[in-house]
Amino acid sequence: MESMKSEFKSNIKNTFSEIMYPLIAIVFSFVAAGILVYAFGKDPIVAFKALFWGSLGDLNKVGETLVTTTTLILTGLSIAFAFRCGLFNIGAEGQFIMGGVISLWAGWAFKGLPAFLHVTITLIAGAIGGGLWAGIIGWLKAKVGSHEVINSIMMNYIAMNLSNYLIMTVLNEPNKAFSVEIEKSARLWRLSEKFIQFKYSRIHIGILIALIVALFTYYLLNKTIRGYEIRAVGFNPGAAEYGGIDVSKNIVLAMFISGLFAGLAGGIQTAGVQYRVNNLFGFTGYGLDGIAVALVGNNHPIGVILSALLFGILQKGGPMMQVEGIPKEVVGIIQGIIILFVAANFVRVMAKTFRGKKASHEAKIKEGVK
Amino acid sequence: MSLIVEMKGISKSFPGVQANDNININIKQGEIHVLLGENGAGKSTLMNILYGLYTPDEGEIFVKGKKVKIISPNIAISLGIGMVHQHFMLVPPFTVAENIILGLEPKKGFILDLDKAIKDVKELSNKYELKVDPYAKIQDISVGMQQRVEILKTLYRGAEILILDEPTAVLTPQEIGELGIILKSLVSQGKSIILITHKLKEVMVMSDIVTIIRSGKVIDTLKTSETNIEELAEKMVGRKVSLTVKKETANLGETILQLKNIKALDNRGLEAVKGVSFEIKSGEILGIAGVDGNGQNELVQTITGLRKATEGEIKLENKDITNKSPKEVIEAGVGYIPEDRHNRGLILDFSLAENAILGTHRKSGFKKNLGLDYKKIREHSRKLIEEFDVRTPSEKVYAKALSGGNQQKLIIAREFDREPSLLVASQPTRGLDVGAIEYVHKRLIEQRDKGKAILLVSLELDEILALSDRIAVMYDGKIVDIVDAKVATETELGIMMAGGKTNENQWEGS
Repeated sequence: MESMKSEFKSNIKNTFSEIMYPLIAIVFSFVAAGILVYAFGKDPIVAFKALFWGSLGDLNKVGETLVTTTTLILTGLSIAFAFRCGLFNIGAEGQFIMGGVISLWAGWAFKGLPAFLHVTITLIAGAIGGGLWAGIIGWLKAKVGSHEVINSIMMNYIAMNLSNYLIMTVLNEPNKAFSVEIEKSARLWRLSEKFIQFKYSRIHIGILIALIVALFTYYLLNKTIRGYEIRAVGFNPGAAEYGGIDVSKNIVLAMFISGLFAGLAGGIQTAGVQYRVNNLFGFTGYGLDGIAVALVGNNHPIGVILSALLFGILQKGGPMMQVEGIPKEVVGIIQGIIILFVAANFVRVMAKTFRGKKASHEAKIKEGVK
Repeated sequence: MSLIVEMKGISKSFPGVQANDNININIKQGEIHVLLGENGAGKSTLMNILYGLYTPDEGEIFVKGKKVKIISPNIAISLGIGMVHQHFMLVPPFTVAENIILGLEPKKGFILDLDKAIKDVKELSNKYELKVDPYAKIQDISVGMQQRVEILKTLYRGAEILILDEPTAVLTPQEIGELGIILKSLVSQGKSIILITHKLKEVMVMSDIVTIIRSGKVIDTLKTSETNIEELAEKMVGRKVSLTVKKETANLGETILQLKNIKALDNRGLEAVKGVSFEIKSGEILGIAGVDGNGQNELVQTITGLRKATEGEIKLENKDITNKSPKEVIEAGVGYIPEDRHNRGLILDFSLAENAILGTHRKSGFKKNLGLDYKKIREHSRKLIEEFDVRTPSEKVYAKALSGGNQQKLIIAREFDREPSLLVASQPTRGLDVGAIEYVHKRLIEQRDKGKAILLVSLELDEILALSDRIAVMYDGKIVDIVDAKVATETELGIMMAGGKTNENQWEGS
C-alpha cells in the first residue's frame, strides 16, 4: 500500500515535471505578447482581458471554447501518439477530413436506427476511416521506407480533394456547395438540450469522449504490451528489433491508431458541430494545430488536454480582441511564440544556465554522466 | 628535459560528478606520458580541458612555462597542442591530403593549391616515417592508416604536444606495434605525447611515465621502467584484481549450434559473410578473433535473426533457425549480448525495469488482464539488479543514467536469466573498465561451466585468448582457421587476422 502511494506520488511528480517547462514557456509567451501589444500602442491588460472574456466570459463562450478544445485534444493525441512511435504524423489533417466525410456518409446513409447505435456507428466509421487513411502512410513507411512526412502531406491533399469530390457528387445537397445533412439520430447530444445556460453554444458530449480517449491513450501507451512495443520502437528501433519486436508491424499499427484519433475528431466535428461537411477551399487547420497542441503538451495525454484547452481559448478569444481594436493576429503571434519557446526548449536551457555556469551540452558529455 | 605542460590544481565538475578533483600533472618535453584510468576516471575530461573543449572550474595551465587560458581548441592549436580523438574526424570520400589541409588550405590567389598540399603532406609523412599516401581516399585505407592521417593532421597544424585518446582501441596487434614505433620516432624528433588509455599492456610497452587517475584524482605518477602491470592495475582499480581468467578444462556436451556455409550481406548490400561454417558444443566457448569490420557483426546478426542469410543453414539443437525472426530466435533459446549497448541492447529512455524485460515482455508472467503487470516487472528487475550487482539507486531510473559497466551488467542479467542454450556475446566488455571486465569474464566462464554454448566475438585478442576454448579467426567474411586456444599465440593469430595464413600443419590435431 505504502509503495503504491509513493509510486502514485512519483507518477504525479513525473507528470508535473513533464508539464512544468511548457507551462513556464506559456507564461513567457504571454509576457512577450504583452510587450508586443504595448509596442503597438495598445493596452496589454485590455487585450488579455478581451482574450479571456471572449473565450471564457460566460457559459456559452466556455461551451464554444470547449467545442474547439474537443477537436484539438483528439488531433493533438493523434500526433502525440504517432510521435511516441517515432513517427511525425503531419497527416492528421487529412485523416480528420476523411473521418469527417465518412462519418457524414454513415450518419446520412443509415436511416431509422436508434440514436445511440447510430451515433456510435457514425463515430466509429469516421475513426476507422481516419485510421485506414493513416495506415496507408504507415504501411508505405514500413514496407517501402518512404518518409511519413512527405506521404502524409500528399495524403492531406488527396483527402481534401476526395472529400470535396464526394460532397459535390454523391453526398451533395442539390445546388449547394456543401453536403447533405446527417440524420437526427446520428447527432451527438448537445448540452443545450438540457441546460438552457448553454443555449447559444454548440457544446456537445464529444468533450467527454475526447477526455476518455486521452485516458485510454495514457493506459495504452504506458500499461500494455502494445504500448511497450510502440514506445520501444519510438525510442530505439534497433533495440526493439533486437528484443524481438516487429518494428514494421508496430509502425503500421501506431499510424493506424494515430489516424483513429484524428478520424474520430473529424467524425465528432460532423456529428456534433456541423451535421454536414463543407466544400473546402483549404485545410481546416485542426490537424495542423494538433501538431502545436502535441508539441506544447509534450506528447503527454494530460499535457495534450491542457494545451488543447489553451489553444481553444486563444482561438475563441481572438475575435473579441479585435472588437477591442487589437489586431486578432496577436493571437497568432502568441501561438507562434509559445511554439517557438517550447520547440526551442527555451525554458529548460534558461533554467540550466541559471543553475550554474555549466553549459547544457557539457552536462551530456560522456565522462561527466558516468 | 624541460616541462612543456603543467596543469595545476585542475578541478572540473559536471552535475552530480566531480570529474577532476585538484589534479596536478607535469609533462616533460620529449616524453610519452600515459594517463591511465578506468572509464569515467576523468582522464578524457582532463585532456579535453587541455585541448580547450572544456574550461576548468579551478586550476591553472602553463605551456612552456607561460600561464595560458585555453578556452577553445583554436587556442590549444596555436599553442602547439594537437589531439587525436578516439573517433576519427575525417571525410571519407576525400583524399588523405585533402583531409589533412581541411581548414588550413594552402591557396594560390582564390584557388586551392593542391600540389603544395600534397608536397607538404609527403614531406611531413617522410619526416616522421608515417608512410601515408596523400592521394589515397580515406574510405579506401585501413583504420591504422586513418589514425596516422589524424596524427599528420595535428602535425600539419604545428603540434608540439600530441594528445591521443585511446589510440589502440581500433587497431590490430601488428598495427599497435607500428603505432608504438611511430610514437617513438615522434618523440625522438622533439615532440611530446600524452596517451590516454586503460590498457595496461600498452602502457608498459609504449610509455616513459605513467600517471594513474582514479575518480578524478591523481593516484600516483610512476616511471614505467620502475613499475609492473599488477601494480598499475591495483592503483587503477583501487583493489587487487586478477588479470588472468581462471577456468577449468572444457567439459563438452552435445552440439548446440551448427553453421553451414552461411553467407550474408552488409547494410550496403555487399557480401560481408562469405561462407562461414562452424559448430559449438555445450560447455564450450568459441571465440571469433578479427579486426573490426571483417564480417563479425553481420555474422552475429545473422545468427540472432537480425539479418537475413542469403545462403546456408543455421541449426540450434538440431532445429533449423535460419532466417527466423528475432522473436523466434529468442524463443528457440538464444541469448544475445549485442556489440552495441546503446543502439541494440538497451532502450536508454526506458527505465531499468522496462529494459529488464526487453525480449521477454510477452511472457505470461508479466501480464495482468489486458496490460503489463508493472509490479511484477519491477520485482523481477530488482531481483536481477541484486543478483548481478547493477549499481543503481533504483529500478526506476532510466538506463541512460547508468555507467557503461552497469548497463552491460543489466543486459547480461537479462540475457543470462532467460537460461538460453546458446549465448552470443559480441564484444561483451567493449568500453568497460578493468573491474567490470573481470566480472563479465567470470560470469561468461560460469555460464560455460553450466553447460551453455557460447559464441564470443571480440576485437580484443587478449580477451579471446583468455576465454575461448577454440578460436576462429575471421578475415574478409571468411573463417581463416579454427585453432585450439591452448596452443594459439598472439603473433600467429595476428597474422591470420590480417589475412595471412600461417603454416597449416602447425594447427593440425586441434
